[in-house]
Amino acid sequence: MLTGKYALVTGANRGIGLAILKTLAQHGANVIGGARREGSLDDVCSELSDSCGIEATPVYFDVSQPDQVKAAFQKITRITKQLDIAVNNAGIMDSSLLAMARSEDIESVFATNVFGTIYVMQYAARMMIRHKSGSIINLSSIMGVNGAEGQVVYSGSKAAIIGITRSAAKELAPYQIRVNAIAPGFIDTDMVSSISEEIRRERVDSIKIQRIGTPEDVANCTLFLASDNAAYVTGQVVGVDGGMLV
Amino acid sequence: MAQREVDQTAIAQMRYGQGTSMDNNDRLRTIFADALGIDKDLVVDELEYNSIPEWDSVAHMALVAAIDEGFEIMLDTDDVIDMSSLSIARDILKKYDVEF
Repeated sequence: MLTGKYALVTGANRGIGLAILKTLAQHGANVIGGARREGSLDDVCSELSDSCGIEATPVYFDVSQPDQVKAAFQKITRITKQLDIAVNNAGIMDSSLLAMARSEDIESVFATNVFGTIYVMQYAARMMIRHKSGSIINLSSIMGVNGAEGQVVYSGSKAAIIGITRSAAKELAPYQIRVNAIAPGFIDTDMVSSISEEIRRERVDSIKIQRIGTPEDVANCTLFLASDNAAYVTGQVVGVDGGMLV
Repeated sequence: MAQREVDQTAIAQMRYGQGTSMDNNDRLRTIFADALGIDKDLVVDELEYNSIPEWDSVAHMALVAAIDEGFEIMLDTDDVIDMSSLSIARDILKKYDVEF
């Protein structure tokens, strides 16, 4: 499905990002995994190279730091001259109530979730413009679409992703670059593992499909948007939430 | 995978004369002409952003991408914004150790 294509996935060392990295590799893409923690993707990339017969390369950088993003793309251009897919997944969570959100936490969340997405898109788009093709996929959230109590900062950052996605889709369409967002619902990752069983049950009760989502559910949607099967899809926000009500 | 890398390099070389004796001034003018879709004779020092219909904001991004590729650099965002003429582009490229 993606044989011979090159895909960058940020925040690829765990959870949804890791599932996306693996899924794209399993469908033939050469993958570049981005993560902050040095060494955290070495084993994964080595395993994917062996098991999938593709090229898998880790690149370590913090998306919130423009200089590091630039340096990462300098490395990426040494790996490939053509980037076909960029998945902006790196993100951090904040669950403060409005009155208790500290300014440093607000800045940190927006620096990673919003500014980081823009920085990566700037360089990814430049690589894609050269060849007039590409697919950019940004991870938003159901919280960004509907909002939720205690999620003012996180929801705000994920709502920004929707505006960024729709604007960039319009701007980059002349270059045949598609830009879409995915809005996951309640997904079984480290981010939600710490919540109590009671709240977990309440959340699952609010999901029409009556189960918690998996990182693979999100990865499969990413695969579709990355592929030529979605050649006429751009500027969309696709909910992967099992019909969850927030 | 290896074949594709070779192909891309070959394409860049054909387009912009990388690895050839083409001088950097000529290479830059070729990139401008190619990215903006204009005759190379029109690519003169006085050529400025938005001074011709072909050099609009859409073409500017294609031009930046072509310069990145042609000179194997990665322009800073501030330089992308500042690059408003051929002569300024040349000055900016000097910062990236491109000799003219």
